[in-house]
Amino acid sequence: MFDKLTLSVLPDEDEALRPALREIIAGAVAAIPLDRRARSWQGFDAAFSRLLGEAGYIGLSLPRKFGGAERSPFTRFVVVEELLSAGAPVAAHWMGDRQSGPLIAHYGTDEQRAFYLPRICRGEALFCIGMSEPGSGSDLANVRTRAARGDDGSWLLNGQKIWTTNAMHSDYMIALVRTSGTSADRQSGLSQLIVDLKSPGITIRPIVDLTGDAHFAEVFFEDVHLPPEALIGEEGQGWKQVTAELAFERSGPERIYSSVVLIDAWTRHLRAVGRLDTATLRLLGSLTAQLAVLREMSIAVTARLVAGESPIVEASLVKDLGTEFEQAVPQLIGDDLGAHPDEPTDNVLYRTLLYLTHVAPSFSLRGGTREVLRGIIARGLGLR
Amino acid sequence: MMDMNELIEPFARLVEDICTPAAVRRIEEGGETGAMWSAFVDSGFLDALVPEDAGGAGLSALEAAPLISLLGRHCVPLPVGDTMVARALLAKAGREIPAGPIAIATGTGVTPFARTAAFLVTGSPEAPTAVAAAATQTGVHHDLDGYADVADSEGLRPTSAVVRALLIAGAAGRVLEMTVAYANDRVQFGKPIGRQQAVQQQLAILAEQVIAARIAAAIGVRSGFPARLLDAAIAKHGTSIAAARSAAIAHAMHGAIGISEEYDLQLLTRRLHGWRLADGSESYWAAVLGGARLASTADTSVEFIRAA
Repeated sequence: MFDKLTLSVLPDEDEALRPALREIIAGAVAAIPLDRRARSWQGFDAAFSRLLGEAGYIGLSLPRKFGGAERSPFTRFVVVEELLSAGAPVAAHWMGDRQSGPLIAHYGTDEQRAFYLPRICRGEALFCIGMSEPGSGSDLANVRTRAARGDDGSWLLNGQKIWTTNAMHSDYMIALVRTSGTSADRQSGLSQLIVDLKSPGITIRPIVDLTGDAHFAEVFFEDVHLPPEALIGEEGQGWKQVTAELAFERSGPERIYSSVVLIDAWTRHLRAVGRLDTATLRLLGSLTAQLAVLREMSIAVTARLVAGESPIVEASLVKDLGTEFEQAVPQLIGDDLGAHPDEPTDNVLYRTLLYLTHVAPSFSLRGGTREVLRGIIARGLGLR
Repeated sequence: MMDMNELIEPFARLVEDICTPAAVRRIEEGGETGAMWSAFVDSGFLDALVPEDAGGAGLSALEAAPLISLLGRHCVPLPVGDTMVARALLAKAGREIPAGPIAIATGTGVTPFARTAAFLVTGSPEAPTAVAAAATQTGVHHDLDGYADVADSEGLRPTSAVVRALLIAGAAGRVLEMTVAYANDRVQFGKPIGRQQAVQQQLAILAEQVIAARIAAAIGVRSGFPARLLDAAIAKHGTSIAAARSAAIAHAMHGAIGISEEYDLQLLTRRLHGWRLADGSESYWAAVLGGARLASTADTSVEFIRAA
C-alpha cells in the first residue's frame, strides 16, 4: 500500500540554492528574537517577502513568462525548508506562493495570469484565502456568502468570512462563495472570486488570539461590487478547484517545521548548561530521528508531485504525522525544562516554549483537521 | 542497477511457496528446518550481497532491502536476511563462509533466529567471525530467538539493527493489509467494522506508522552495508516505535481473534515485538543519535540531519 512513496534524493541543482538563500535569510532574521521566529508561518514582513521575490525565491514553480522560474517542487522544498528552519517570516507571501499563485496559473485567464502572477512573484501582491465562515468551519459545502451576477456580468458580494489569516494585511482574497443555489445544494453552485480588499463595502476585523497576536480576521462583505473578471476558473466549479488547491497546501514540507526553532534553541541550551545524561540524549535523539524520517517522507511526497501526480492521500498521511510531531515538541521540551528547575533558563527560550505550547493546537487544525485527514487516508485504504 | 522486479518476483514466489504460515508454525514447534533451508540455498539468493568477484550477485544494500523486507512479511523462521548480510561481510573480509544459516549476534541480549541458526557471526564488519551457534532459550512460547552472549560485537550492531528495521517494515506492511482486509470483512451491528469512523481513524494511524517504518528502514540502507551509525539509529528508532504501535492497533482492530494461536496475526506481531527489542530499542538508538547531535557542530537540526 502506498508503494510509490519511496526514499528520494533532492537534486544537486536545488541543494545548490542553499548558501545564497541562507545569506539572505540570515540577514533578515538576525535581529528577530527567537520567539518571534517561532511564529515563522505567521510572521508577516512584507519587506522581507519583497526581498525574497526580487531574489527569485517566490513563485518558483510558476511559468517563466509570468515571472516564475518553472522549477520543480523539489526547488520549493529546499527554499521552504531553509525559510522555516531559520524561522524566517513568510506569512506575507505564503498564501500567494503556495496556493493562490498555482491556482491562478492553473485556472486563471491569460489576463488574470499576466496581471497577478508577476506581482506575486515579486512579493508585491499579497493574498489571503477566504474559505471558512461562521458556523461552517471546515464544512465548506455549507458556505453562505453569496455573489449575485448582474446583467453586465459584474458581481454583488454579500456575506462574511472568518478565520481568514492576515486578511487585514493582504491586497486580495480568493473567496469561495455561493453563486447559485442554496447551502442545501452542498458542493454545487460554489465559485471562487478574486476580491480586491480595497473595494468599498469590505470591513476587516482582526481576531486576537491567546498569545496576544492577531493573525486571523473576520471579513464582512456588504454590497461589494466586483468586475466580471473577478471570477477565477469556472462558475460553479469552486468546490473542485478548492479541493485541488488544498492538495497544494497539504503537500509541502511546512507540516513538520513549526516547532523546529524550539528544538534548536533547546539544543543550544543543553550545550550551554552541559547536560549529557541519558534521558536528555534520548529525548534529543528521539526528536532528531523523528524529524529525519518526517523530512524524508515529505521529500518522498514531493517526488510524487515532481512525477506529475496529485498525492492527496500520501500528503495527508505525512501532514498528520508531521503535525503530531510539531505538537509533541513543546510538550516534551516543556517537560524536560520543567524537570530541571535549578537550571538557568533564558527568557527567550521560555517565551518560545510557551508561545508554541499555546498555539500548538492550531497545527493540526490548519489545512484540514486530523480527523478529516484520517478520513482521507481511510478512503485511500479502501475503507469508505 | 538491475530490473528490480526481475529480482524480487522470483524471490517473492519462493518465499510464498515455502514459508506458508503452516510451515512457519511447524518450525516454531520444533520441526526440522533442512528442507526450507535447502530451498534458500538452491535459490542462490543467499549470496545476493556477496561481491561478484567472490562469486555472488553483487547487489547493493538498497537493491537487497526489499528482499529482506519480504522475509519479514512472511515471517520466515530462518535467518535468511542475516545470512545474506553475514556472507557478504565474511566474503569481503576474505573469511571462509560456513555452510548453514548464520544469525548476526551483537551482544548479550536477544539474538533473533539464534535457535534456527547453525552459526553466529560476531566481531566487527571489517573482521567478522563465524562461530558455532550457541544460545539460551528465551522461554517465550514458540520463540526462535535466543540469548547469544557474544562479546565485542558492538560494531555489527548498526548493520544488524538495519536488518531488523527492514524485517519490521515488511512485517508491518503485512499487518496493515491483514487488518484492513479484516475491517472490510468483519460485520458487526449490521455493517463491516471498517465503516465505523473510530475504526477508520485507527487504521489511518496504522497506515502512517507502516509508511513511516518503510521510509525509516530505507534511511538505514541508503549508504549500504555495513550500515552507517547515524542512519542505523534513525532507522531502528523509527521502526521500533512503529513495530509496537502497529502491533497494538492491529490487535485492537482484530478483537480477541487476533491473539488466538491459530490466527496468523500473532506470527507477525510476536516478531514485531522481538525485533523491536533486538539490537537496541528506540531508546537505545535515540541516545546514540542524541549524543551525536550534541557533539556535532551543526547549528540547526536540519543541518545535522542533512549531514547525518
